[in-house]
Amino acid sequence: MATPDLSPAQLAAPAYPAELRSQLFQYVLQLADTSLILAHRLSEWCGHGPVLEQDLALSNIALDLLGEARSYYQYAAELEGRGRTEDDLAYLRSAVEYRNPLLVEQPNGDFAYTVVRQFLFDNFHYQLLKGLQNGPDARLAAIAEKSLKEAAYHLKWSSEWLIRLGDGTPESRRRLDKAIATLWRFAGELTTPTPNESQLQELGLVPDYAALLPAMQAHVAHVLAEATVPLPTAPVAQLGGKTGRHSEHLGYLLAELQYLQRTYPGLTW
Amino acid sequence: MNNSEWPLWEVFIRSKQGLDHKHVGSLHAADAAMAMQNARDVYTRRLEGVSIWVVESRHIHASNPDEAAEFFDPAADKVYRHPTFYDVPESIKHM
Repeated sequence: MATPDLSPAQLAAPAYPAELRSQLFQYVLQLADTSLILAHRLSEWCGHGPVLEQDLALSNIALDLLGEARSYYQYAAELEGRGRTEDDLAYLRSAVEYRNPLLVEQPNGDFAYTVVRQFLFDNFHYQLLKGLQNGPDARLAAIAEKSLKEAAYHLKWSSEWLIRLGDGTPESRRRLDKAIATLWRFAGELTTPTPNESQLQELGLVPDYAALLPAMQAHVAHVLAEATVPLPTAPVAQLGGKTGRHSEHLGYLLAELQYLQRTYPGLTW
Repeated sequence: MNNSEWPLWEVFIRSKQGLDHKHVGSLHAADAAMAMQNARDVYTRRLEGVSIWVVESRHIHASNPDEAAEFFDPAADKVYRHPTFYDVPESIKHM
């Protein structure tokens, strides 16, 4: 997989003070885990998509997110500076050390579940990358700039499918409603800052979630209206993943994701 | 959803600016917007294109293979239709 084309200046980890460096490490790790776990979930569709065309579309999105995750893991490894590699971070940590929000570890369910999960993530991801792209950290800005085009397409894909399922057949609508009823509670965690995120936001180093919300909400309102789906009343946000308190699903996912590296340490291909 | 209900579409890709669109294959989609996205996901994964056309297959009318003899064979012995019997002045570069 291609490493993003970064200039030497962008590749050099900035000289942050030790404490800030450690905070940024946690933040970048969270971005990496989020993209990796969702990429893995989407890759589970490979060979099982509802039609060949969507099988490929899901695999394409999975690969985009995997590439993005690699860029973050590489940067995280440099920020940590303790000799761990991107593979160590991705494959050799336990579930409680993962920092992805609960949304992305939720099982694929049916196609409607996958579309709603993707839509909620894409809507956040797209706005976040726009913020990171203009942020002060050159490395994150460069990764965001590359990923933004991919995320824009992901959002287009999931938005159009949400509209099709909502405004489609009674069966597609029934499944969509069920997926929304189950998954909407996980959306709030995306924009609820952890203490670490709050501190980095106050320093202006990473995008303030409050500033992303208006555009996110406007897009949700637009897409749901097109889908003829009423806006869900905001459920109490289910929090936990970003601070290491995960659902049971993550353990099973990691068992599969990490199996090869744990069984054959250092294996490459 | 029954896949066979989705109509078939033909996909044409322009590989770079200035070249023409070439037929690359077909796919199933419910409408033109979905056909366009599917074409992007199925046929441009390896940087194959800068522009996509999709057209529903039922709009393409093909010549009948049974008529190939009367359609095409008569052109076989009309070499004078090729402009190869003219001397092109050297100053003319692009012919």
